[in-house]
Amino acid sequence: MGDFLQQLIGYINPYYLQIFVNIGIGIILALGLNVVTGLTGQLSLGHAAFMSIGAFTSAVLTIKLGMPFSINLLLTGFITAAVAALIGLPILRLTGDYLAICTLGFAEIVKVVFLNLDITNRALGLSVPSANTEIPMPVVVWIVVLLTIVCVTCIHNSRFGRALMAVRGDEIAAEAMGINVTRYKVQSFALGAFIAGVGGGLYAHFMGYINPSDFGFLKSVDILSMVVLGGLGSITGSVIGATILSAAPEFLRFMANYRMLVYGGLLVCMMIFRPNGLMGGTSFTEIVLRALGRKPRLKAIMEQKNSELSRSGNGDT
Amino acid sequence: MLTLDQLYVNYGAINALKSISCTVKQGEIVALIGANGAGKTTILNAISGIVPTLSGTVTFLDETITAIPPHEIVKRGISQVPEGRRVFANMSVLENLEMGAYIRNDKSAILAEIDQVFARFPRLLERKKQLAKTLSGGEQQMLAMGRALMSRPKLLLLDEPSMGLAPMLVAQIFSIIQEINASGTTIMLVEQNANMALSIAHRAYVLETGTVVLQGDAKELAANPEVRKAYLGE
Repeated sequence: MGDFLQQLIGYINPYYLQIFVNIGIGIILALGLNVVTGLTGQLSLGHAAFMSIGAFTSAVLTIKLGMPFSINLLLTGFITAAVAALIGLPILRLTGDYLAICTLGFAEIVKVVFLNLDITNRALGLSVPSANTEIPMPVVVWIVVLLTIVCVTCIHNSRFGRALMAVRGDEIAAEAMGINVTRYKVQSFALGAFIAGVGGGLYAHFMGYINPSDFGFLKSVDILSMVVLGGLGSITGSVIGATILSAAPEFLRFMANYRMLVYGGLLVCMMIFRPNGLMGGTSFTEIVLRALGRKPRLKAIMEQKNSELSRSGNGDT
Repeated sequence: MLTLDQLYVNYGAINALKSISCTVKQGEIVALIGANGAGKTTILNAISGIVPTLSGTVTFLDETITAIPPHEIVKRGISQVPEGRRVFANMSVLENLEMGAYIRNDKSAILAEIDQVFARFPRLLERKKQLAKTLSGGEQQMLAMGRALMSRPKLLLLDEPSMGLAPMLVAQIFSIIQEINASGTTIMLVEQNANMALSIAHRAYVLETGTVVLQGDAKELAANPEVRKAYLGE
């Protein structure tokens, strides 16, 4: 199985393969941040820090213990989530700009710590041995992408997800509904970090070399741009946003020196013409159902309920 | 049912509540009236746990709830309609109501509760698919009240239900408050509109800069010349 996939991957142009994997990792990171910033409404400017914690944890786990990659990734996720929960408890009591600056500071601290630890090889960066798995990395990355999409979709539609949306909507009202706001904020922060950590682990093993400077402020902003471009809170949006922004620097390469200019212009235009992001205020299921000429499920349920109510005598007409 | 005993609340160096003691009995409508900054909202927030208290106790159904976090207090049966309504703007009316039942797990009972709220507020039924932010002020007030009722509270705390509403709507909201009370929910009501509040309340407390200055039967207070002069515009 592994050999076969390896052979198959061999047919793909390595340059395109690299872009393809970058897109996958971008999607994972964007989906993680979307839980924190999109769904729960907590602006984080330090998402790359969790990616770097994941990258280094995963790399060290492979180097020191050489454990199977699936267990490695899971463990990495949990360790990153634990760090996030620890940091989140004090700082998630802050809101808005204050929280953003705190996460920014935290990200800088993480960077400096990794630049000074022996185990992460200080400023020289760490060479990461290949992952302990038979399946080639690009395939692993995309399996994780799919798993992440499925998990995040389940969360969106769950009771937990509803509570997070309520926290985004109005913290005081959420509290008045019996929602433990601090707990949910910390949980969503940890969940976002878990996903970022796994993304970081994949990045480390795909790249084969990581340096603390790879995960600086610009990386955090990159991820945030993906989420905002796609539309805060939208899963499909995050996927599209991450795809466009991960691929844009490459397909704009023909413009040579002007490409970052166009890239920036693209973002500015987007925010002017679709300030809620590409998928803001709409949902993928709704678009598909409309294209198929069918009513969304929720709407059907509501209409059924409506007719029941009017039959029982207190409904609207 | 609810007893506040010598409650003190500070905002930084400012004493917002100074030794507040009051009671709410089962089945009553109790009004808190007073000018801006008298501490009316602070009392409600202290009861529901949003504001930490300095000293004193809040007792609800023979249990001290002073140090209990807000989400736990909701589970004890106290539900607050916060000042300024605070509906979830980007959720539909139906979703807002569902959020109100967040602490409950019994699906069919929740659906029945939604029907009851719609029966009480037919206007919300017409608007149930709309996002809450597209509702008018009065409709949002109805939604906020309906949402608070979804947790089936024993005690409902209403903070300025008349705020920013046209007189006709205010009358409508107040008659609904009486209906809710008649169906068995005890109500504590904070109001600037003292006239309206005293007309439906059983008892009332008059607050001034964090202390209770007058208390008693709502009808008597409404006839009290001092109250009429200070709060009823005579």
